Amino acid sequence: MALLKSNKFIYCLGNISPSLGVLSTRNSSWWGGVQMGPPDPILGVSEAFKRDSNPKKMNLGVGAYRDDQGKPFVLSCVRKAEAIIAEKQLDKEYLAIGGLAEFNKSCAQLALGENSEVLKSGRNITVQTISGTGSLRIGANFLSRFHGGPRDVYLPKPSWGNHTPIFRDAGMQLKAYRYYDPSNCGFDFKGALDDISKIPEQSVIMLHACAHNPTGVDPRPEQWKEISELVKKRNLLVFFDMAYQGFASGDIDRDAWAVRYFIEQGHNVLLSQSFAKNMGLYGERVGGFTVVCKDAEEAKRVESQLKILIRPIYSNPPMNGARIAATILNSPDLRSLWLEEVHGMANRIIKMREQLVAGLKKEGSTHNWQHVIDQIGMFCFTGLKPGQVERLTGEFSVYMTKDGRISMAGVTSGNVGYLASAIHAVTK
Amino acid sequence: MSVFSEVPQAAPVAVFKLTQDFSNDQFPRKVNLGVGAYRTDEGQPWVLPVVKKVEKIIVQDDGLNHEYLPILGLPEFRSSASKIALGDVGAVQCLGGTGALKMGAEFLRRFYNGNNNTKTPVYVSAPTWENHNAVFTNAGFEDVRPYKYWDAEKRGLDLAGFLGDLESCPEHSIFVLHACAHNPTGTDPTQDQWMQIADVMMRRKLFVFFDSAYQGFASGSLEKDAWAVRYFVSMGFEMFCAQSFSKNFGLYNNLKRIMSQMEKIVRTTWSNPPSQGARIVAITLNSPELFSEWKDNVKTMADRVLLMRAQLKAKLQALGDTRDLGAHHGADRHVQLHRTEP
Repeated sequence: MALLKSNKFIYCLGNISPSLGVLSTRNSSWWGGVQMGPPDPILGVSEAFKRDSNPKKMNLGVGAYRDDQGKPFVLSCVRKAEAIIAEKQLDKEYLAIGGLAEFNKSCAQLALGENSEVLKSGRNITVQTISGTGSLRIGANFLSRFHGGPRDVYLPKPSWGNHTPIFRDAGMQLKAYRYYDPSNCGFDFKGALDDISKIPEQSVIMLHACAHNPTGVDPRPEQWKEISELVKKRNLLVFFDMAYQGFASGDIDRDAWAVRYFIEQGHNVLLSQSFAKNMGLYGERVGGFTVVCKDAEEAKRVESQLKILIRPIYSNPPMNGARIAATILNSPDLRSLWLEEVHGMANRIIKMREQLVAGLKKEGSTHNWQHVIDQIGMFCFTGLKPGQVERLTGEFSVYMTKDGRISMAGVTSGNVGYLASAIHAVTK
Repeated sequence: MSVFSEVPQAAPVAVFKLTQDFSNDQFPRKVNLGVGAYRTDEGQPWVLPVVKKVEKIIVQDDGLNHEYLPILGLPEFRSSASKIALGDVGAVQCLGGTGALKMGAEFLRRFYNGNNNTKTPVYVSAPTWENHNAVFTNAGFEDVRPYKYWDAEKRGLDLAGFLGDLESCPEHSIFVLHACAHNPTGTDPTQDQWMQIADVMMRRKLFVFFDSAYQGFASGSLEKDAWAVRYFVSMGFEMFCAQSFSKNFGLYNNLKRIMSQMEKIVRTTWSNPPSQGARIVAITLNSPELFSEWKDNVKTMADRVLLMRAQLKAKLQALGDTRDLGAHHGADRHVQLHRTEP
């Protein structure tokens, strides 16, 4: 009797469950386990800034150049190049996987110098990339697949926030070497040499070619020379990140000095270049990745593998920005104009540094702000602590990243006084 | 001793090598039937008239600059581009169709079917676009397999084989479906067949990932070519769709959490997408006149391709070739030629 009863019970359940099954498919989600990701620390600053209604607000977050009115600056050489390109009525066919050839050639020339032996012997491979990030990612993927040495990439401490996840996502591991000295807001040369001397052979070491991000602290030429010697002794693979050529000192050759010196000294480097800042082509995503090889034959092999890497990521790069950059670099008039404009941008930054320090002195600040002037490029590592940064944002609507980094590009003659008073208020 | 002395020479990417060989060929009557890029009747690339128009608008707009786009892309582009395929969904602007597939693959590897479950099978059609395999493999998936699709004998869809694979595959497998104008066979399921496919996929809890590279090209109508994708959406699938011609990755179900994770993946791959193409598309799609003109341009291309199919068939028949080449859509024609034929 009991058995019959239970049979009936199961039978009823049997009737109900199929429809429950359908319901659960429709209502359940594949993505229930997906956590909310943290906002990007740098780009998140801009978003918070946008929401702020304070008329005196300042965005010192993202490293995008602004003119003295605080407006984005489209270079004249860029507008001229765009007009030339529009005139030509070019098509929109796919570029090669490695990008626009004229761009690649002039991109490499810009970094290595016209008389570079590397270029003459054809022992570099340079591919067009999705700006600096894309370049670093391709480099990281290349290392991950082909580098026979340790998986470790040594970054300076601190480094651009995105370096770490880029290399990690590509399967590399991250380590650090001392770089910034918080006690004087300068370069910890001894610490760097000490750490570098202990890096296992054949590891990858990342160097910022100029205008170190986020600190703005660069080694002096004599210091670069010692670093080169030590890196050679340790047999390390050098990966240069050059995102600010021209932007640091205003002189493209001076800013590329370290890269060129290392190559002359025999380092076969990897190099990432970005034209986001020095040509103002941020949203067009223009960059290059170079591998300096032993000879032209090796360069061909490496090139073939880079293409295999690139193809399943985005097939081939966008053309618009590369055409603009190539046009500028290859037309003598536009190139001269560009050099002038880069010089102009760098000079405005330098002036703002001087005015900020003068302003702080005027406010009566007794701190030593010399590092603001000594540091170079778009960024200034103020030395402000997280608590002070929070106050600057919360009380004064001055937006910057938590590490105390400010983008000098966001400073104008119109707001430098306000900035000085705000910084003084949280540091006195 | 070079660090890269062991780097082997890789084989060139076939379809691009083909174009190179074509360039080098001196034969006056040479024909390039390789790369999938539209050509006019003179065999020339064609910049759509509406695109030229919009580019002029952009160049003359002094208010526009070259600033970074948001990580997920130009907002006007994201909303308008995904709408024409899927209706109102969440979208991420990517680097071409490949970039869209890549972002989708990376997201799935991290978050689908558990966390970092690289063993989840990914099924791609037999045959399929040669880059599909590499996209998913490079995203970390260990098990990329073919599903039956092309029936070489009858020169059509192997529906029984396809459905069979859907029935027998592991639950939660990912399937890459071609929304229309299947590449390379040009053979699409009928609406009825799509309904059968959707049925099995829903019942067996399989993940739908559409690759929509030719919307408008297959039939000449955007709406008609979007039918399969929209049908699956209406069935309640949570799915991905990579759109290629308008360079958009459409994600059904606009979940904030998904977008926040997408941002992280984008950030370490290219930080933020290029602006020029997105602007052109957004302006075109958001202006009723330009949108209409664009649909006409697309129909022009689709019509020419359909005409060429008909003329090729007619000429072959006139030469005595009576093979039934079947009904195919879009730009691709899977013609079986033996290697010995000239």
